Amino acid sequence: MDSSTTWEFFVGHVSYWLFIVLMMTGLYIVVAKGNFVKKIVGLNIFQTSVFMLYISIGKVDGGTAPIYPVDLNIDPDVVYSNPLPHVLILTAIVVGIATTALGLALIVRIREEFGSIEEDDIVEIEQGIARDENERYRNATGNRA
Amino acid sequence: MRHHLILRVITKLLVGTIVLFAFYVQFHGDFSPGGGFQAGVIMAVAFIIYGIVFGLEKVQQVFPPWLVHKMLALGVLIYAATGIVSLFGGMHYLDYGVFSPHHPEHGQHWGILIVEFGVGVTVTGVMVAVYYAFASRPPRMSDEEW
Amino acid sequence: MITALAVVRVTSLFATAMFSGVFSLLSAVLFVGLDAVDVAFTEAAVGAGISTVLVLGTLALTSRHEKPSKASPVVPLFVVLVTGAALVYGTMDMPNIGSDTSPAQTHVSPDYLERSVHEIGVPNVVTAILASYRGYDTLGETAVVFTAGIGVLLLISGLRRRREDDNESEEEGGTS
Repeated sequence: MDSSTTWEFFVGHVSYWLFIVLMMTGLYIVVAKGNFVKKIVGLNIFQTSVFMLYISIGKVDGGTAPIYPVDLNIDPDVVYSNPLPHVLILTAIVVGIATTALGLALIVRIREEFGSIEEDDIVEIEQGIARDENERYRNATGNRA
Repeated sequence: MRHHLILRVITKLLVGTIVLFAFYVQFHGDFSPGGGFQAGVIMAVAFIIYGIVFGLEKVQQVFPPWLVHKMLALGVLIYAATGIVSLFGGMHYLDYGVFSPHHPEHGQHWGILIVEFGVGVTVTGVMVAVYYAFASRPPRMSDEEW
Repeated sequence: MITALAVVRVTSLFATAMFSGVFSLLSAVLFVGLDAVDVAFTEAAVGAGISTVLVLGTLALTSRHEKPSKASPVVPLFVVLVTGAALVYGTMDMPNIGSDTSPAQTHVSPDYLERSVHEIGVPNVVTAILASYRGYDTLGETAVVFTAGIGVLLLISGLRRRREDDNESEEEGGTS
């Protein structure tokens, strides 16, 4: 492979790699951070970078936005980008905000029940509840279990 | 936010413009970027900004919650009913040719307008309803803490 | 890009919300660059507008600061690096960005671009596909948005009018 094709390959793919780096940033936030609001923001970043990857597939060199002139006299020389990814992502964004709202609503409820939105705290509280229940069960069965 | 005079005046100016822009995006969506989803969001933003600056009670006088809840369902119904109308016209579900049998193109135009309107109504309803739901909870911190 | 990294480091959740808004706005600019004006429009309105408002609303109802996590970042970092390497390996087979001979460009989309002119007669091809060719899809998406809205209402607005008494007693129990 001579150097000019390697360079072409690099230029053609470097944006995909940037999107993947962004995606992984989002994934890291979701996995490593304990705060639920932050996790939702991380999910949003992940989502947006997936959208970028998807839209970049529909891009055509020298193309323009897929909107015709109003009189529908189409110049055959004009290249239009692929409209299909745009449609899919358009709906995905709105569904994404709706699910984000649902997630945030869940966080508000969690805060009201547990008094915290940190994963560590909630795990502790849940373990406490489980221990209490075990205790009660053991007492009820007369220490036979 | 009783004390922010500039915010209040600018908001009054902006809200009308935003609503107008939302309608433009809604009904001009076949010719330029835009459509039901975007128009719904922009429309909701108009009410949300009004609510943030003037308080929840004021905006709920303009746009009461029961109306929002009806809008949620109404949009989906408009969309689904469009499909049923085309069934009665002897076409496939959601085939808009039925609205103008001799000029299927015009029918498509009408169909897209109606369907996008349904989408817009639902999206507006959902966004405003979500905002009302969050804003009507008693806040845990006062304005100054920010 | 930088804003996304900033979100990782900052512990003030208020700043996180603002950074995510900026990130959405920048990505909208990128979408314009990629010829997706409809998408850019939506992203700017939704990502930078509504979602920032919602995150701020949640913060007002919960707390403003994040507690630093006790768990070590090594395991998540390892997971992320492995996943990222797998994805980069996957892109090796992908066509160059902007190439007009890639599979995505040659199958369905030329068909849509050609036929929508005389079948639909709407200049904005995105709208034509969205509302007409993929009408079922969009009906489904609208239903999803509707369902999510109902879910939020059930979770946190609690349908107060119907069950005024129940709710009040519950709230007294919860806050005391």
